[in-house]
Amino acid sequence: MPFDLSDLNICIAVTGLKTGDNPQPGVPVIRCLRKAGFRGKIIGLVYDALESGIYVDSLADEIYQIPYPSAGAEAFLNRLDTILSRSAIDVIIPTLDSEIITYIRLNKELEQRGIHTFLPDEEHYLLRDKTRLASYFPDKGIKVPRTILINDSSQIMSLDQSMSWPVFIKGRYYEAFKAYTVAEALHYYQDICNRWGMPVIAQQVVSGDEFNVVIIGDGKGGMIGMVPQRKLVITDKGKGFGGVVVKNAGLDKFAADLMRILRWRGACELEIIKGMDNAFYLIEINPRFPAWVRLAEGAGQNQPAALVMLALGRKVDPLPPYRPGTLFIRHAEDVISDIQVMGGIAALGELINRTSEHCETSFPASGDPDIGI
Amino acid sequence: METVKVTELAISDNGFIFDPATGYSYSANETGFMLLRMLQSGLDKAEIRQQFLTEYETTPDSLDSDLEHFILMLRALNLIGVGPEDADAV
Amino acid sequence: MKKQYSAPYIERNAAGSTNKYAHRSVLSHLDNIDHVPIGNLIKEHGSPLFVFSERQIRRTYRHLTDVIQMQYPNSEISWSYKTNYLGAICSIYHQEGAKAECVSGMEYEMAKRLGVEGKNIIFNGPGKRRNEIVNAVNDGARLHIDHLEELYLIEKVSDELGIIPEVAIRINMDTGIYPMWTRFGFNYENGEAFRAVQRLLTGKKMKLVGLHVHQGTFILDAFSYYWVAQKLLTLAQQIKEQFDVVVDYIDVGGGFASQNALHAQYTPAEYATPSYDQYAAAIGNAFNESRFVREHEPRLILETGRVLVDEAGYLLSRVIGRKNLPTGERAVILDAGVNINITAWWYKQRVRPTRPFAGSYQNTVFYGPLCMNIDLIRPAMPFPDLQSGDVVVVSPVGAYNVTQWMQFIEYRPNVILISETGAVEVIREREELADVISREHIPEHLIRI
Repeated sequence: MPFDLSDLNICIAVTGLKTGDNPQPGVPVIRCLRKAGFRGKIIGLVYDALESGIYVDSLADEIYQIPYPSAGAEAFLNRLDTILSRSAIDVIIPTLDSEIITYIRLNKELEQRGIHTFLPDEEHYLLRDKTRLASYFPDKGIKVPRTILINDSSQIMSLDQSMSWPVFIKGRYYEAFKAYTVAEALHYYQDICNRWGMPVIAQQVVSGDEFNVVIIGDGKGGMIGMVPQRKLVITDKGKGFGGVVVKNAGLDKFAADLMRILRWRGACELEIIKGMDNAFYLIEINPRFPAWVRLAEGAGQNQPAALVMLALGRKVDPLPPYRPGTLFIRHAEDVISDIQVMGGIAALGELINRTSEHCETSFPASGDPDIGI
Repeated sequence: METVKVTELAISDNGFIFDPATGYSYSANETGFMLLRMLQSGLDKAEIRQQFLTEYETTPDSLDSDLEHFILMLRALNLIGVGPEDADAV
Repeated sequence: MKKQYSAPYIERNAAGSTNKYAHRSVLSHLDNIDHVPIGNLIKEHGSPLFVFSERQIRRTYRHLTDVIQMQYPNSEISWSYKTNYLGAICSIYHQEGAKAECVSGMEYEMAKRLGVEGKNIIFNGPGKRRNEIVNAVNDGARLHIDHLEELYLIEKVSDELGIIPEVAIRINMDTGIYPMWTRFGFNYENGEAFRAVQRLLTGKKMKLVGLHVHQGTFILDAFSYYWVAQKLLTLAQQIKEQFDVVVDYIDVGGGFASQNALHAQYTPAEYATPSYDQYAAAIGNAFNESRFVREHEPRLILETGRVLVDEAGYLLSRVIGRKNLPTGERAVILDAGVNINITAWWYKQRVRPTRPFAGSYQNTVFYGPLCMNIDLIRPAMPFPDLQSGDVVVVSPVGAYNVTQWMQFIEYRPNVILISETGAVEVIREREELADVISREHIPEHLIRI
């Protein structure tokens, strides 16, 4: 029985509407909500006027630009209050790594404004930081490839005392390169250091089968939903553009064990490798839905819809078992629009597509009909 | 100052500016927008200056420097050309 | 009635650069500090002007001590003098019950001047001179030993004076943070710290009363304090077992981050700086797990500075002029530069207008008045169009500025304190020529031009 949100008359805001070669999860999250029959208002919160989801017909009812997380809490709340003066928001689903902490730290301010989220607390959020994984989980029975935090290039020279090549050289927030020699590792270290700062992470490459799992944790050590996939199509940027849901008892147990230890609340994505030794290794925990979350909905678990109910404080039973063999292939398509749509968002920072019955706005539709093109 | 290109810009009331010749688009603030509209309607620098001083709370000195800079920005964006009266500026 | 003016502005749109939210500024203005209008402060005391809030200083101090004592009651704070050693500011902390942590003979003299007894002073730092050590030993101050030669010197001094001084060993260690400070004290991991303790106790010239780590500054990883406390307590237990000596205190140093952001930091303070509770919980967890704590209940000492005073300090500065940069950015020249606001070099300080602006904003760089390219107060941030004569508030600036500021090119400005009653007191007067030249001597043959 699929999740049904057709009677839910609320407003849900979703961030991260960029698709393209490095897709953000906002658009698929919205698709999942609509698939659950949700007929209320959906607001897209965007950073840039050229986020592609803005231009997709009947996706978001309203679009508002928000300041980048780096602008700080005051800027964010000021902007949010302006948006709220137009449209009450009941639930926000943030989907970008760099903004999750904003919503965790401002939880109280959001609640005061009637906005609900379903996120971990800061302590649990920090435990999944790339710099922490290898020190926290292995004692508790979750294997993590050997990891060293590099603060000094001399550590690179002695890497082969504790690891064997190749080694991943990773930034704390973004990017990972496979290095086969000291020289390569040094080069990537400098590169990442300049771009993302210290520490740089050196991690033993474990070869084997790579799996990704999308999960909603209940915050008490259990899972509301869990769908594992194996990537079938991988782009040259390493993004999965196709995948299939798998059923593997070892993988299920690994994910369940991890969640019991981490007591994660909310959505997350696990990156896992099954090594040649048949053991599962935890590579990363991303604190949000992945861009492939529609696969979960397709496989029988509408996780974004469940997350909305959880955010609202409703009791949600664990989602039904997923259907292995469900496949996704990412399909890119050109959306046709008009420059005045971009004009509306660039000039006004907002775009009103549809006026829902429960939304009172006197604001005119975007763009100037007289624009002389 | 050669303002043919400015007159070809599509300027919408919300401050969004589109140049159909190049495909570039621009954003301007209220005063920038007003200034472009004045240039489109054929006002010259002196007239623009006068109108600004009448409408806005500002001093001639501060305005002159800002107008100069705005014209330079338009030139840098290739939205105005150099006209015969700017010969000494070339 | 004329409309409010802001400079005309146009920019080309490109993917990734259209974050404008209707050109409306999301910046709030601040027109008073503790209800005293900023306009009045400037009128009375000139610009630039450092303003400290006594109310905020006391409130912050009490908040931090409450939070720490909730975790571990037997704890205290030694005020880090180098953070801000204006007499008025230190006196507030001493009234609140803070002891003193000094890192030089000068700071030591300052603490004594304010009436702090020797036994309430921690004398720290890598550069203690012999005469300073003599004074400290005579006064009964606690010396924190940084290196072996200092240890030998203190032994000699204590022999000469016939006094057994109370000392602590300073230790450096890996706590998972970066960069790791290894230059102060003895290393924990390679056993150097333990050997220093061994050597100290064998000498029998001093009483070992404490173990101390100062792991770094502006530490954004609260959890690293767990390792500081955990490793120090482990060492304390080892010392108990091997030498039957029980130390009185565990000093976890300072380094708590304020609501500021380093230039290289993407996330602003609101999302990056740990709360007091997070720091306290990290330390408290280590204390709660420790056998040494269960059996001996040592004192916990914090040497915090920045986190206590940074937000209580504001710099008011007037706009001298504006210009447009070739990059399209707006530049504002302020009358306060890095000569008095030196922390602007390391931190992305917050700049706020002091009156509301209706209009749009554009990227604005804030420069100081010095004829030096390095005089940058704040790299570009979206800001409304300021006019000459407008006043802005730069904050937080309470830590390390009124100590590290330079007498360079300009006189240093007034520093005022807004007391809890709202009274405004000058706590350091603006300098004038006499202050700058009073120690100079011009040789006779140079006097006539």
